[in-house]
Amino acid sequence: MTGVREPGAVSATRGRRQVPLPRLADPAAPLLVVEDLAVRFSLPSGSVKAVDGVSFRLDDGEALGIAGESGCGKTTTALSLVRLLPANGRIRSGSVKLFGIDLVPKTEKQLARYRWREISIVFQGAMNALNPVRRVGDQIAEPIEVRLGRSRDASRKRAAELLDLVGIPGQRASAYPHELSGGMRQRAMIAMALACDPAIVIGDEPTTALDVMVQAQILQLLERLRRELGLSLILITHDLSVIAETCDRVMVMYAGKVAEEGPVTRVFTAPRHPYTQKLLSSFPNIHADRRTLDVIPGQPPDLRNPPPGCRFAARCPFVMDVCREVVPPEVTFGDGVRVACHLYPGRDAAGPPPRVVGATRTCDAASSTDPAP
Amino acid sequence: MSAHYILRKLVQAILTIVAIVALNFVLFRMMPGSPERATKNPHLTPEFIAAERAKWGLDKPLFPDQLVAFAISTAQGDLGYSIKYRGQPVVEVVADAAGPTVLLIGIGEAIAIVVGLWLGARSGWRRGGVMDRIGNSLSLIFYSMPYFVIGMPLIIIFAAGLGWFPTSGMTTPGGDKGPAEALFDLGRHLVLPVTAVALGLIGAYSILMRSSIVETRSEDYITTARAKGLPDALVLRSHAFPNALLPMVTLIAINLGYVVAGAITAEIVFNWPGLGLLTVQALDARDYPLLQAIFLLIAVSVVFANFAADIVYGYLDPRVRA
Ligand SMILES: Nc1ncnc2c1ncn2[C@@H]1O[C@H](COP(=O)(O)OP(=O)(O)OP(=O)(O)O)[C@@H](O)[C@H]1O
Ligand code: SF4
Ligand SMILES: [Mg+2]
Repeated sequence: MTGVREPGAVSATRGRRQVPLPRLADPAAPLLVVEDLAVRFSLPSGSVKAVDGVSFRLDDGEALGIAGESGCGKTTTALSLVRLLPANGRIRSGSVKLFGIDLVPKTEKQLARYRWREISIVFQGAMNALNPVRRVGDQIAEPIEVRLGRSRDASRKRAAELLDLVGIPGQRASAYPHELSGGMRQRAMIAMALACDPAIVIGDEPTTALDVMVQAQILQLLERLRRELGLSLILITHDLSVIAETCDRVMVMYAGKVAEEGPVTRVFTAPRHPYTQKLLSSFPNIHADRRTLDVIPGQPPDLRNPPPGCRFAARCPFVMDVCREVVPPEVTFGDGVRVACHLYPGRDAAGPPPRVVGATRTCDAASSTDPAP
Repeated sequence: MSAHYILRKLVQAILTIVAIVALNFVLFRMMPGSPERATKNPHLTPEFIAAERAKWGLDKPLFPDQLVAFAISTAQGDLGYSIKYRGQPVVEVVADAAGPTVLLIGIGEAIAIVVGLWLGARSGWRRGGVMDRIGNSLSLIFYSMPYFVIGMPLIIIFAAGLGWFPTSGMTTPGGDKGPAEALFDLGRHLVLPVTAVALGLIGAYSILMRSSIVETRSEDYITTARAKGLPDALVLRSHAFPNALLPMVTLIAINLGYVVAGAITAEIVFNWPGLGLLTVQALDARDYPLLQAIFLLIAVSVVFANFAADIVYGYLDPRVRA
């Protein structure tokens, strides 16, 4: 059933990718549009609202970075795109439209068609993400053989090519994961993610747990592949400098919601959401001139029982009465930045910019009417 | 797998067997009683006893003379003569009984490994499913029952009641049977004891395999396999199962030691002429040479099973092959 691509889809390809689109695809639709996604985990102690009303969009060839403190729902957001959530996780509502096809109502069997062939994932720390008792080459060849219906020999050959592409000599295909270094394993994982020539590659902290030199190499590799293959990338990381270097857009999440989303150049130079400002100022790498580090005081809220208004209220230096009661609506500015914060009550509101002590830049609400520089 | 790995495991196994032989010597010297008292003859003169002791080398010190003599004859396959089976070398007595036990335990183990691992993998993979709930409770029941508790109802129902199978023994006595007929007769006698042994072992193996699969299921590489869009059965077969099998190899090898002990009860219930039954008879008769030989055989087979497990493990897990 998952053997070869459906007939009737042969002609529809898009962008640089020479792979026919799924049969139901709308060639004119954006690559990926996620709307109002809500994911819950059920625990004996209650239900965790891990992702709550998250929307974003990814265009062909674009790289989107997802940032935010640990536990804010980055991984959950990514995994729910192809529904790889742990057993106690459920998508409550929302849509995930790939080429205009909503994946949320699909059955497990139907969804399997989209896994890896359209959306593949590079997991963190490939030691555990690769099967320890199977040869690396076989693990790369497996989806080619099983999902694309190629012969075993052809799949193996392709696996060796992919290893070459990520900078591992093809004959290392017969190695077991433990025989490769951490960086090599992560390269192998990337080769595996490319096996079916997917539309979107998700990297969930692909460089965490690697040393700095190797991190840089892996990032360069991702950059190169993106350029050469025209990949669309979703990159999840704690490291804002990685996003600054690699991504076109950034989505900052806080406690299961989008705090701010927009072009990297805008968000990182003129952060509007108080959380983004705090996050940037707690990060030394982006602006070399910073001497002191702001650590954001306080803890994210318990997602089993989130506060009724803004989820950042308890830690926000600008908190107002309305913040504690009303969930801030998302406002989109003229420069393409979307912010959910009561400081920006409406699209055209041009109040005085809030000054954040210790922030690198103050944000300017007036820029809402300016185009990005 | 490297020759070095195999060699290392082999040396370990041989050293263990040497230690066992020494222990076997010490253990049985520490038991109460002595050969001349065992004859229970009050008319023996001290001179005669002394002469006899000298003849058997018992006048020499335990260490090193007796131990060395013991080790040499053990290595030569001479384990002395049975008291109960007068005059017969114990090696012969034990060899006669080993065949039936190997047959019974071998077939029971083989069935249990295949069925138990399959059952455990299935129920662990779909934890909470119908298969899991039924399979797991049955496994727990059989796991907790000694073989004779499993065996008795089998005899009552299928042998005494329905008459499908013989109640006990390994062959039907008397009558001239052709080879085919004899084999069929043996098969009929095997069914119930093998079932009892297999059921108990299936219970054990499926419970262990189930928890191993449950643990494996939450590994990252399983998420990777699912992310690849592989069919569920393939994720289980080629990713979860091979990894979940690893701890099982060792557990099965360890279990083999208890199996021989467990076989005693199964062999008593079914009057199966194997090592278990022989052990009971030897204990009854205080046949120390015979007991010594049985213990040696059991110990050596456990060591051998562990050696085999190491080799299988090395074959299954590339990480330990070095
Ligand atoms: N299986 C689960 N059961 C219950 N809660 C869960 C489960 N998985 C995740 N969560 C909760 O959901 C929230 C989001 O988790 P998620 O892993 O998506 O965060 P993250 O942003 O990826 O964090 P990190 O940076 O640490 O990877 C967290 O509060 C986490 O505790
Ligand atoms: S809505 Fe209020 S509390 Fe939330 S970030 Fe904006 S100002 Fe702070
Ligand atoms: Mg995460």
